[in-house]
Amino acid sequence: MTRTRTTTPSHATEKEARPPTAAPPPPTPRRAPRKVRLWRKVTPWLFLAAPLALLIAFTYAPVANMLAYSFTDWDGVSPELNYTGTENYIEIFTRPELFQVFFVSGYYLAASAVQIAAALYFATILSFNIRFRNLFKGILFFPYLINGVAIGFVFLYFFQDGGTLDSVLALFGYESDRAWLGTSTSANVSLAGVSVWRYMGLNFVLFLGAIQSIPGELYEAAELDGANRWHQFRYIIAPGIRPVLSLSVILSISGSLSVFEIPYIMTGGATGTETFVIQTVKLAFQFNKTGLASAAAVVLLLIILAVTWLQRRLVPDDRVDLV
Amino acid sequence: MNHRRTLTGTLIAAALLASGCTGSGGSSEGADAKAPDDPSKVSGTIKVLTHRTDIVQDGTMKKYADDFNKTYPKVKVEFEALTDYEAEVKIRMNTENYGDVLMIPAVIKKNDYPKFFASLGTEKELSEKYRFTDFTAVDGKVYGQTTNGGTPGFVYNKKVWAEAGVTDWPTTPDEFLTDLAAIKSKTDAVPYYTNFAAQWPLTSWTYVNGSVSCDTGATTALSEGDPWAEGADLRVADTLLHDIVKQGLIEKDPTTTNWEGSKPRLAKGEIATAWLGSWAVLQFRQAAEKAGTDPDDIGFMPFPAQVDGKFCAVLSPDYQQAVNINSDHKEAARAWIDWFSTESGYADDNLLPSVLKDAPLPAALKPYEEAGVKLIELDDAKGAVVKEIDGASEVGIYGPAYRQDLVDLARGAKDGSLDDFLADLGKRWTEAEKTVGS
Repeated sequence: MTRTRTTTPSHATEKEARPPTAAPPPPTPRRAPRKVRLWRKVTPWLFLAAPLALLIAFTYAPVANMLAYSFTDWDGVSPELNYTGTENYIEIFTRPELFQVFFVSGYYLAASAVQIAAALYFATILSFNIRFRNLFKGILFFPYLINGVAIGFVFLYFFQDGGTLDSVLALFGYESDRAWLGTSTSANVSLAGVSVWRYMGLNFVLFLGAIQSIPGELYEAAELDGANRWHQFRYIIAPGIRPVLSLSVILSISGSLSVFEIPYIMTGGATGTETFVIQTVKLAFQFNKTGLASAAAVVLLLIILAVTWLQRRLVPDDRVDLV
Repeated sequence: MNHRRTLTGTLIAAALLASGCTGSGGSSEGADAKAPDDPSKVSGTIKVLTHRTDIVQDGTMKKYADDFNKTYPKVKVEFEALTDYEAEVKIRMNTENYGDVLMIPAVIKKNDYPKFFASLGTEKELSEKYRFTDFTAVDGKVYGQTTNGGTPGFVYNKKVWAEAGVTDWPTTPDEFLTDLAAIKSKTDAVPYYTNFAAQWPLTSWTYVNGSVSCDTGATTALSEGDPWAEGADLRVADTLLHDIVKQGLIEKDPTTTNWEGSKPRLAKGEIATAWLGSWAVLQFRQAAEKAGTDPDDIGFMPFPAQVDGKFCAVLSPDYQQAVNINSDHKEAARAWIDWFSTESGYADDNLLPSVLKDAPLPAALKPYEEAGVKLIELDDAKGAVVKEIDGASEVGIYGPAYRQDLVDLARGAKDGSLDDFLADLGKRWTEAEKTVGS
């Protein structure tokens, strides 16, 4: 806070000081500045127009629509829909089985802990000067670039009986005869594993970016003081990437609560792998209860907002000053 | 604060805008799509929405359109093939732009047909010539005409079954299980393939309904009683599926099955049997040709149940083609529907029964004729109610979820007993019956 206060006056004086010397005398001294001022006001909005239009058309309008549907009994296609008040919400909160699917999110939550740890590990290692680091960066980030549906299909082959996983294990002399997606636990662990494989790259890049933004002199200074790699991580890197770390945690919690693509493509929610979003999609598109499904989606949104809020309260995001 | 207020303002504006977009055009309710009197005078470009991506891509549909132009030279037919047909068309039907001819998606409620589709004529008149007219009839008017009929059944490899010493079709579920067990012990083939991962093949078990009791009122029975009561059709079907799985007569890992891959495997005799429908016969024959085995090894048999010593098979319609009520070329669209289901040869090409009442059975069903299988058509008066109960109860007899649970239960990946499982389904179903359609 103090910093910004001290800097503003200097900027202000600069601005005030410049125009008389820099600007040539305008031909119509009264109108031009107004025009300029107008343009100055409009320009940022012009830049914002395209993204805002897209954001409103594809995010806020559908969300508003969904909110509206959640108070109706719409079936998703019929021209008629009736306002039912809070009936959908009452139904959701009086059917505990609808919330049981959140147990499945536990697997993904555990997986994201693994994911963040692995990403942090790789990001730290690759931030030091080692051979082939760009190659490894590419390899680690690549899965994130693949379309989720494609990943689903690829891993369906991977987990097949006698598929890639089984044959790789056989190479190491381990003859596995298990159906990887066969039981509820095994299926959820396998799917969560796929999710780790897919999203670790993103966490990794975020961490790497944060680590590389730490000025190099700090390491040098630390080395001169006799700090080893662990000390460097503990006292320079870890505090330096704290904001990114807490962002990652928020993302992975909300991600685990709303897992969809991978289980939907691979198992369709069978064998106890149904997540809240799959359940919502089923309500909307299989049982044609679009109203109820919209309400479920709103509830999920509120849950995620609440969890995020709680997390921000527990772990406040204060600025870290390394210097 | 100021910023926040403008944001909420935008949100509200967006909400109003969006809800304004949701209403759909149902203003022209009650239009007719009359069959043209003079084929040479009908004109216009019509767009046909279809789920058959495969035959649009390989040009077969184009050939049908060329044939069509021989009779209707001034009509231009365009096709739009949709991979995820049901879901995509459902969304498009919120607008007026859903082609001129389309397959009626399952999600549209029967009572809404007059709001979306132009009438093709009265049921009285059309039912003289065509099958299945009551499936799309609302208040005596018909709104759709199917491209072809079909009947559910087991696609099987005759060679494998013969190798196991079975030559006659099993007549009871128990006999069927014994035969599958014989296949397991005497051959290397997988006796039964669930297609668990592909999901939709599991839904075909619902179409057993009617074949066990040989009752044309089977659909009405679904809307009135417990479909999983002792001896009811669906209970017999689900029990058979459960027992097949429980006795280990299926593939090793059902969770990673592969539908496309199952076709050549069945043709080659690595898989013995799969419950599908008559529509699948052609695809398996083609797979056999590709795999270099004899297409005539692909057999088709009815559900193992007999009434008075006779098998029963239910003939039911495929997707129904309908005319968009907002179409500008309703006559041309109607001409296409009529021509496609009666003159195009589409049903024959696919080895499927025709929609015409007097047409002979296709070659794939010849064995049915020889075995004296009784073909029945179900009365669909309560079809819409059954769908509603299905949605309200969230049982999903037209979806794969509960059968996946059933298979999981049978192979021990889920706890519980079959009786409890079916009783629970029945309870949810009968509870929903009370709230729906009353």
